[in-house]
Formats: sequence, structure tokens, C-alpha cells
Amino acid sequence: MITFENVAYSYGGGELLSDVSLKLAPGSFHFLTGPSGAGKSTFLKLAYAELRPTSGRVTLFDNDVTKLSRDDIARTRRRIGIVHQDCKFLDHMTLAANMALPFTVSDRESDHKDMEDLLSWVGLQHLADALPPQLSGGERQRAALARAVIVDPDIILADEPTGNVDWEMSLRILTLLVELNKMGKTILVATHDLNLIRQAKAQIQARVLRIAKHRVQLAGADL
Amino acid sequence: MRLPTAKPASPATRALEVVPPSGPTAWLTTFTAGAMTFLCVFALALSLASGRLATRWSEALAKTATIRLSAPEEQVQIQTDAILAALATTPGIASYRLIDEAETTRLLEPWFGPGLPIEDLPIPRLIEVVEADPPYDSDGLKQRLTAEAPGAILDDHTRWRRPLAEAASRIRLLGVLSIALIGATMAAMITLAARAALATNSEEIRVLRLVGAKDSYIARAFVRRFTLRTLGGAAFGAAAGLLGVAALPAADAAGGFLTGLGFTGWDWLWPLALPPLAAILAFLATRRAAFQKLRELT
Ligand SMILES: Nc1ncnc2c1ncn2[C@@H]1O[C@H](COP(=O)(O)OP(=O)(O)O)[C@@H](O)[C@H]1O
Ligand SMILES: [Mg+2]
Repeated sequence: MITFENVAYSYGGGELLSDVSLKLAPGSFHFLTGPSGAGKSTFLKLAYAELRPTSGRVTLFDNDVTKLSRDDIARTRRRIGIVHQDCKFLDHMTLAANMALPFTVSDRESDHKDMEDLLSWVGLQHLADALPPQLSGGERQRAALARAVIVDPDIILADEPTGNVDWEMSLRILTLLVELNKMGKTILVATHDLNLIRQAKAQIQARVLRIAKHRVQLAGADL
Repeated sequence: MRLPTAKPASPATRALEVVPPSGPTAWLTTFTAGAMTFLCVFALALSLASGRLATRWSEALAKTATIRLSAPEEQVQIQTDAILAALATTPGIASYRLIDEAETTRLLEPWFGPGLPIEDLPIPRLIEVVEADPPYDSDGLKQRLTAEAPGAILDDHTRWRRPLAEAASRIRLLGVLSIALIGATMAAMITLAARAALATNSEEIRVLRLVGAKDSYIARAFVRRFTLRTLGGAAFGAAAGLLGVAALPAADAAGGFLTGLGFTGWDWLWPLALPPLAAILAFLATRRAAFQKLRELT
């Protein structure tokens, strides 16, 4: 679904990531870990074509990202659910309208029933009319996850989805991700929370990628 | 629970909703469009009026000419008769008329005041000539008059008609230039306003791109908004401008320049076309600005 071939990326200084080669197979569950500033978010941005590799090749659904037009990228993103690190919403629209946004921007109608199901799945049905700034950190994280999955994407990329929530909420979000993976979605979660990874490994077969010394390596079972 | 699907909204309306409502800056676009259209109405009135004036002066003055006779007293009657005889036999003259002393006095009164002792002044004799269609040969008549009445001068008004008509068409050119400048200024201001709006909303645009919005979708939201604002402002400005022009004193028969400033007949359609033209201008300017700005983001 997503492949990296000898990918390197630099923001202008030295190379932040170099010589990254890996493949995310359909239905797989990957964690991406590493210290803060290692380049986890950068890696995800390469994976959803917000950034283009400085060298090497990133392929999304068998298309080289450097050959995609802006409209192609927009269409590709409708097949990828993205949970951004800081859960951005349109603050002037209700939570329900925000969740329906992926449909709105592609001029499709969102299904009323699906919407309700999804809201109760993430436990936010009572907040459908709330504005995003009124939500707590955990509620924002769950709303972002709900928005990412509403169009039934093939891949879900989540950047620190448990970044600023307590342990109990982290587990709830993890459970949601595990459920999505069981439904066949390919999942990549960037996190520096090793406890979360351990918890996940107990529930599901997850692989761990670690960023160290600008490389992305598959971590062993030593976690 | 209220969901977005519960309230029916067309995709176009929803495209408007994804961009947050903007505050006081929105009024600037409407105001600019209004003010510019208001000015444009007057520039238009000026161009059209000066165009009409140029034509009118050329036509009215071309149709009549004056023969002026200044001769020694004993020669006056002889030469007058000679002129009249020449006019009678010249083809291309519709009519001619000797202007008598009373009328000459009346013509001069505005310049010299009443009670002019005309008998004491060497006032020339005037003969008014109205040309026929096709007109007489002006040079031929001049030569004939030189031979038969040496004191006569044919004044067919071309000397002062030409500079007046030229001035009028120059004013018309200035009017057209003003309209072009007003249009360019409006496009520039709307572009700046649109760029500012796009910059203010770059976070929202990022969110929209993240959930798979195409540039055209995002641009549509901005373009629609600015086009509608411009249309509204321009309609208001055009209406105010038209009221202003309509409130000017009516053009009188003398066709003075200022009183002639207005619209006649089909000309009224021009100012009515301004709001749609302004909207098209805003549409193009915003669209260009939006796509330029969007290319800077991923
Ligand atoms: N837009 C940017 N321009 C320049 N440097 C950046 C930019 N974004 C991130 N960086 C730098 O790249 C490094 C990796 O950032 P990031 O990918 O966000 O790391 P992580 O998500 O692992 O914390 C950091 O040192 C950060 O300062
Ligand atoms: Mg990060």
C-alpha cells in the first residue's frame, strides 16, 4: 500500500531521514517510535504526500508521489485516514459537520446512520453539536480518529493519537485502532509511548519501526 | 441529535461554509467595489457625454456658415448685393439670410450690454448660410467671393470647430482611461483582499487539504464569497452613481457641457452592466489569487 525505497528527507539542513526502505502490507499494524524530534511526523507526512522525498521514491497505492498532481494527491488522501498530531478541525463548524468534512469536500453525502454509529463508537454522540474548541484533549483525539475513518479508508495514519490524554483514554483509542485493524485496515501509529506498544502487542500482531540515527529500522522483540 | 445531513444545503452553500465567516475585512471588499463602481458611473457618463458632444458640435457647426462683410461705407450695399447674387447661383446651399441690424444688435448684446450705439461702430454685415446635402464647395465659394466682394470673409467654423471636437474626444479618451484604471484598481484591491483572506485561513485550508479537498473546491469557497461581495457592493455603487447622474439638471437645448452629463437612450444599459462586469472581474482576480496561494501549500 505504501512503500519507501531508499528515501531520504531533509528540511534544508542535514538529512533528517536517510536510506529508508520499507513496505506497509495491506492489513498490517505498525508502530513508529523514536525520541521526540526523531522525525516520526516527518515520516508520516512523507506517507501522505504532504512532503516529497528529497531523494528516493515513495509509492502510494502503486503511484509514485512525485508524479502525482495536486488533484491526484487530494483523491489519494480520500483513501487515507489521517489523524494529525495536533488534531486540527474547522473551529467554526460543529463536531458533526467536521466529521462529515471528508464527504463534504468530495461533494458526497454522508450517511446519517453511519455518522450516528461512528459518533457512538467513539463515545461522542452527545457532543455532535459542540464546537471543536469546547472539546477536551481526549475528545479531540477520538473525534480526529472518527473523522479519519468516516470515508472508510484503506490506510490509517495516526500521529501521536494518545499524545495528550490519560492512560485510560489511551487504551480506549488503542482499542478503536485495534478494531479498525481487525476490520482489515492498514494502520501506522507514530508514538513515543512504549507502554502503549506493549499493551497493543498483547492484543494484536503489531510490528515496531524505530527511528534511530536517521534510519528507520524494524525493532526486535526486546520491547 | 442534529447532523449536517439533517439540514439541506447545496454543495455550493456548503463550500461557502467550510471557510470561516470573515470579520470587518469582508466589508472592505464590498466598500471598495461600491466606491469604484460609483466612480466608474461618472467616468462612463463623462465619456459618453463628451462623445455625444463631439458629434453634436461637429454636426451643428458644420451645417451653418457665416459670411462677414467689412467694407467702406459706400461699398457696403454694392458688395452685399454681389454676395447675395453669388449665393443665389452657388449649388449646395439650402438657404441664406441677411441678418439685419436689429438682430445683429441682439446678437451682440450679451457681449457689450444693451443700448449699444451700433450706428457709431463699424459693425460688419453678417449673412448666414445653411448648407444643403451635398454641401457647397467651400474653397470655390471663397474664391468667388474674393473676386466679387473683396470685403467678404466666409467663416465655415472649421477653425474653432476642430479644436472643440478634438477637446471633446480627448476628454472621452480620459474617461475611457479612467474606467480602465478604476477596473485595474478594483482587481488589484480584490486580489489583495483575497490573498489576505487566504493567508488568514491557511490553517483551515490545511485541514481541508488533509481530508482530501481539491484546490478547486477550496478556491470555490473563496471565489464565491468575493464575487458575491463585489456584486453587492457594485450594485449599490452603480445605483448611487445613477441617482447622482439622474439628479443633475436636465440637458437643455443649448447643450452646455456640464448639463449634458448624463445618459440617453441605450446608454443607460452601460451603468447597469457595471455590477456584473465587476463581479466577473472579482471572480477572475480571486480565482487567480486562490490558485496561486494554494500552490504554496501542500
Ligand atoms: N517544517 C519544518 N521545517 C524545518 N524543520 C522542521 C520542520 N518540521 C520539523 N522540523 C524538524 O525536524 C525534526 C523532526 O521533526 P518531527 O518529524 O516533527 O519529529 P517527531 O514527530 O519525531 O517529534 C525536528 O528537529 C524538527 O525541528
Ligand atoms: Mg511529531
